[in-house]
Amino acid sequence: MLEIKNLHASINGKEILKGLSLSVKPGEIHAIMGPNGSGKSTLSSVITGNPAFEVTQGSIIFEGKDLQEMAPEKRANEGIFLSFQYPVEIPGVSMVNFMRTAINEQRKYRELPPISATDFLRIMREKKALVEMDNKLTNRSVNEGFSGGEKKRNEIFQMAMLEPKLAILDETDSGLDIDALRIVAHGVNKLKSPENATIVITHYQRLLEYIIPDYVHVLHDGRIVKSGGKELALELEARGYDWIKQEVAV
Amino acid sequence: MSDTIIHEVTQSEYKYGFTTDIETDVIPIGLSEEVVRMISAKKNEPEWMLEFRLKAYRHWLTMKMPEWAHLKIPEIDYQSISYFAAPRKNAPQSLDEVDPELLATFNKLGIPLEEQKALSGIAVDAVMDSVSVKTTFKETLYEMGIIFCSFSEAVEHHPDLVKKYMGTVVPHTDNFFAALNSAVFSDGSFVYIPKGVRCPMELSTYFRINAVNTGQFERTLIVADEDSYVSYLEGCTAPQRDENQLHAAIVEIVAMKNADVKYSTVQNWYPGDKEGKGGIYNFVTKRGICKGENSHISWTQVETGSAITWKYPSCILQGDNSSAEFYSVAVTNHHQQADTGTKMIHLGKNTSSHILSKGISAGVSQNSYRGLVRVGANAENARNFSQCDSLLLGDKCGAHTFPYMEVNNESAIVEHEATTSKISEDQIFYCNQRGISTEDAVGLIVNGYAKEVVDKLPMEFAVEAQKLLQITLEGSVG
Repeated sequence: MLEIKNLHASINGKEILKGLSLSVKPGEIHAIMGPNGSGKSTLSSVITGNPAFEVTQGSIIFEGKDLQEMAPEKRANEGIFLSFQYPVEIPGVSMVNFMRTAINEQRKYRELPPISATDFLRIMREKKALVEMDNKLTNRSVNEGFSGGEKKRNEIFQMAMLEPKLAILDETDSGLDIDALRIVAHGVNKLKSPENATIVITHYQRLLEYIIPDYVHVLHDGRIVKSGGKELALELEARGYDWIKQEVAV
Repeated sequence: MSDTIIHEVTQSEYKYGFTTDIETDVIPIGLSEEVVRMISAKKNEPEWMLEFRLKAYRHWLTMKMPEWAHLKIPEIDYQSISYFAAPRKNAPQSLDEVDPELLATFNKLGIPLEEQKALSGIAVDAVMDSVSVKTTFKETLYEMGIIFCSFSEAVEHHPDLVKKYMGTVVPHTDNFFAALNSAVFSDGSFVYIPKGVRCPMELSTYFRINAVNTGQFERTLIVADEDSYVSYLEGCTAPQRDENQLHAAIVEIVAMKNADVKYSTVQNWYPGDKEGKGGIYNFVTKRGICKGENSHISWTQVETGSAITWKYPSCILQGDNSSAEFYSVAVTNHHQQADTGTKMIHLGKNTSSHILSKGISAGVSQNSYRGLVRVGANAENARNFSQCDSLLLGDKCGAHTFPYMEVNNESAIVEHEATTSKISEDQIFYCNQRGISTEDAVGLIVNGYAKEVVDKLPMEFAVEAQKLLQITLEGSVG
């Protein structure tokens, strides 16, 4: 589904990713872990086409299509979703309006007619229930006045609405209390299917107790330096990252 | 990246830029006492009207164009403009007599003049070039005592009302453009709502400039008698031409005791092309007076058009406990310039006013808010709250705020808040990541920003205004 080969990317001339390769197949959950500054968020930005980053080398192929040829909105409409680490506020734009616009853009891209009001409201209701989101939040402006936890829940709600093929959760667990974490994780697990895949970017093993990964990768200095199964996350939790840094240095 | 964003969003064209091939009666260019007399004669006006015009003209000769606005106005040759143009087939009695070309023009603009087809609840007065073409629902309204007709008809059929109120809110000596308008105004709308009557439908005037080299000088007078209510809408468009055209209008509103007047404008005169060629110079004086106790006037404007806008819809709060509002969204793109705002003059006791101004600038445009809040010595407990927000798209445009306050009564509370913001790249990328193109994202964000004001518009207008905001800014971000 996703093939990243020898990816190099930089921001403001500073190279962050230095030859990263990753292969994700449908139905898989990959966890990307690593210390601060290792390039985790850069990876999510580059896959989704954030123009602040420049790809200098390597390739990102999604379902046989070269992502670098595509504008960010095209990548989204191809089925790539990013749950932002810091979701922005958009004052004056209601969640309902925002979500309907997003869904209709996706439908237009897939040559489908705009969604009917009844269908839209029905789906909204279903997906809100999935992440136990308050009605009040969807009537407000996008992320405006939302608490940290509400913003994250809103990201998963949007993911549920858009049903992506590839979801990237960027530090979705940060700022969540244990109840919110459980709800968010429950939402992610519910959406899992043999056809879609998830990349979970996280610092801590905590989230991975709820979202069980098939693979765990350790990112260090812009490269994946170690890959393993879910037990690797536990080892990282117990031993920290230093031993990996040493292993790499050797 | 913001540069790229800002370039992509505004490439769409002005969609009302067509001209209509219609037989027009235009008087030769130039302005003189003779021309003023000619206009008056063409309209078969009574002597008192001609006197009013001549007085204004003579006063105008002594005046200079105002230079205090934050605008670069190229020199205007007032002798190169024709001051009167009218579609040749004049004053039709029924729709069958209206030139089909004219009907087609207004249909193309989405203004139905055929009453059975009209949107429910809107009466329309259509003014093309200098003359009112057709007023719909006139008879229905007249049964309730409501007068809604062209200004010329009012001069002919309701001279007492016109004489009593015309020039009382905006005197001919008020300013350069008001004097000019008073001398040469061609037509416009007249509204009178009698005591205790709530006007059952929105009244609307639609202004269209069509002829070449002509100026449009219309005049609107709205009188709301005691305990009455009216909501009035005004829309305007013009063809796309390389030369600049002058539009200098006057609107006067009189609200008597307990009267409530709501005035909404969607101003979409041709703004000129991307290089700043052509476009309308829009120099307008709009003012209302809350004459009686508890009276209320609100101005709502969405300003997207014109090459240059100079416009300050204002209120004189004379009656005790009267209140007024000014809600404005002004968008400038490319080379447009706008200097717009309001004046709230508090004279009565316990008067309150609210100003909400939202400026949006893109391209290399300049957008200024200029507002005056004056509290007179006898205006006990006057209240004003002003909020002026500016949104910048790109870094080559300018947003300016010029708030003036003159408070002469210690019990007054006057507050002013101002913010300036930019559409952030993070916001755009967030929308992109949800599958929304940059252009649509800007439209969404701008409409969100303007929502508080657009929500004040009557529904039919609100939808149009939203579309207009998006179209005006297309290609401005990218």
